[in-house]
Amino acid sequence: MTSTRESRRTGAGTIRALRAGPVSVRLNLRVVLVACVLCGVLLGAMALHVAFGGTPMAYPDVLRALLGDTSNPRTHLAVTEFRAPRMVAAVVVGASLAAAGAITQTVARNPLASPDLLGVTTGASLGAVTVLVVAGGGHAGLSGLAATVGMPLAAFGAGIASGVAVYLLAYRRGLDSYRLVLAGLGISGLAASLTTWILTLGDVTSAAQALTWMTGSLNAKDWATVQPMAVSAAVLIAAALCSGRWLLLTSLGEDTAVGLGARNGTTRLVVLTIAVLLASVATVTAGPVAFVALASPQIARSLTSAVVPPVGVSALVGAVFVLLADTVSANALSVPLPVGVATAVVGAPFLIHLILKYQRRLS
Amino acid sequence: MKTLDPTVATGPLAGAGAPSAGQRPGSRRPIVKWLAVSVAAMLAAAALSICIGGQPSSLQDVWHAVTAPDGNVMDVTIRELRWPRTVLAVCAGICLGLAGTLVQGHTRNPVADPGLLGINQGAALAIVAATALAGEMPALTQALLAFAGALAASVLVFMIGSAARHGSTPVTLVLAGAAVTALCSGLVAGIVLLNDQALDTLRFWQVGSLAGRSDVLSMVWPFVGAGVVLALLNIRPLNALALGADTATSLGISVFRARAAGIAAVTLLAGSAVTMAGPIAFAGLLVPHITRAMTGPDYRWLIPLSAVTGATVLLLADTAGRVISRPGELSVGVVLAVVGAPFFVYLARRRRLATL
Repeated sequence: MTSTRESRRTGAGTIRALRAGPVSVRLNLRVVLVACVLCGVLLGAMALHVAFGGTPMAYPDVLRALLGDTSNPRTHLAVTEFRAPRMVAAVVVGASLAAAGAITQTVARNPLASPDLLGVTTGASLGAVTVLVVAGGGHAGLSGLAATVGMPLAAFGAGIASGVAVYLLAYRRGLDSYRLVLAGLGISGLAASLTTWILTLGDVTSAAQALTWMTGSLNAKDWATVQPMAVSAAVLIAAALCSGRWLLLTSLGEDTAVGLGARNGTTRLVVLTIAVLLASVATVTAGPVAFVALASPQIARSLTSAVVPPVGVSALVGAVFVLLADTVSANALSVPLPVGVATAVVGAPFLIHLILKYQRRLS
Repeated sequence: MKTLDPTVATGPLAGAGAPSAGQRPGSRRPIVKWLAVSVAAMLAAAALSICIGGQPSSLQDVWHAVTAPDGNVMDVTIRELRWPRTVLAVCAGICLGLAGTLVQGHTRNPVADPGLLGINQGAALAIVAATALAGEMPALTQALLAFAGALAASVLVFMIGSAARHGSTPVTLVLAGAAVTALCSGLVAGIVLLNDQALDTLRFWQVGSLAGRSDVLSMVWPFVGAGVVLALLNIRPLNALALGADTATSLGISVFRARAAGIAAVTLLAGSAVTMAGPIAFAGLLVPHITRAMTGPDYRWLIPLSAVTGATVLLLADTAGRVISRPGELSVGVVLAVVGAPFFVYLARRRRLATL
């Protein structure tokens, strides 16, 4: 069905072109290999995530419950109704953030650009916290329509709004990556400040709830909230994968890309929209989980030694990252901490490392 | 290297090389005029801050409270609440203005600000971590912890920022600040979530407000004083460093000592401001730009005037916050973010990003 038309060794590994009639796919063997290995690691991390929890369970029991064995109703309930949705949520959040990060880093041609820094996640937080504090006024926090529809919608809308604002503010006869990052930081600062202010308006219970959410938490996820997110994330990541070759063109630089027939403005707008949507999906699901979007694409890039972070591999890395971080932060201390604490503590030094590397290259 | 405006290259050159440069004909008078203007603006802002509060008060009320207080509610409000709060705003404003000018001068980065560089969050982390470990603590201990945290964060950020051989670019330094901010706030969030009491204190403290903290002033003023003195001692080195580290060295300035004094001053000033008013971002960004527009790049004028402008900016922001959302109040940190963030974006949009 396929014939190998070309095979050459480059610094980035063996690249083959697969052809089937009119369709041809560039295949980087190293990327494929890394992706396969990562899929294995991902399965392992998923198993680990499900197996850990409030009450310890034996792996065989967990596996049996996942496969539909109802002979032990308690185990079955715990696994399918509590742990499995949380595990899926972790995968959704990690994969979406990482894919969004891979796209923004490629478009901005800057390994430091990520939705965290571009204001999308802080904007989404502002929207969600506003709903949480304003509607949650009482002691029980959110319930009913406000929780299931209002908060996700507000986070979504605000995330997109701040993404658009950053894009428009950074756009000035073209898109400069430094301007993009700085505009993002400015909008982030504004949104973060407004968020802290809104926190002071509510009572301490809803403030604590909002703060947990803002740190990025996978607590209390059920299928009703996870399912729509998983579907939208899958669709968006598929779209991002399809836009991969345009991304590669963008990474060659303005002039070269135009010379090779890319329509830079349109391409950027489309892929950035996908990235903003992905980041918003993740933020709606778990709050702004820090540094996943920043670190995962860079890890994926060094694993594959590709020129730009590959979207698919980044998504796999992100999913593994969040699964492991959530397993650790939920079980390491006597009190479970939100996953965002763990990713921030691991991710911030990584960002510093990136900055140092980036600077050494500049000098 | 692009400069902010054509005079940048000439001003510091004159200032550092020959002290007599300030006597260039015609160069001093406009600055003296701006000095008068900015001091007058600060006094007017202070008057506004005393006259305008949650409760409306007339000028007679204020006059009455100052000259012949008989203990009615308005007298007490003005004497016990608004006056100390105004003094606090002036002190915090001086600290933030000076810290901002020093940070921008030493990093030669027009978008630098102690609040954006993680220095405030470092102070917050130190206080929160210590509170979680040892419970409530005396105010002086808290202040010392804030200084330690601010110092650790600023050293870390500057080390990352100056890792490149040819100095840092504006963006990487701000990014380093963002990284340190994120690390600290992640840790703070973790600690606070384990401790409801700490959260209740923190959420009011973290937003940056001048309400109900006047007692702090009696304790931090020595640190403020030391910071101001160090800032004044930074004038000559900063004028020389504006020419580049090599030129400064050949002019007899020890770059290491200048940087050390700069970091010490920023730590003291930003740490004091955090203790007085919580982490306030964007004040340190705005003030140097406003001041530089008046004085030009000579730090002999820039440093003193940025203290005055800082006080004015903070007074106005605090007063505006009280007026906008009566009967409650919008904290000064939020007002400054609403004004400062668009300015930050404006700076980012301007031409190519200039280095100072």
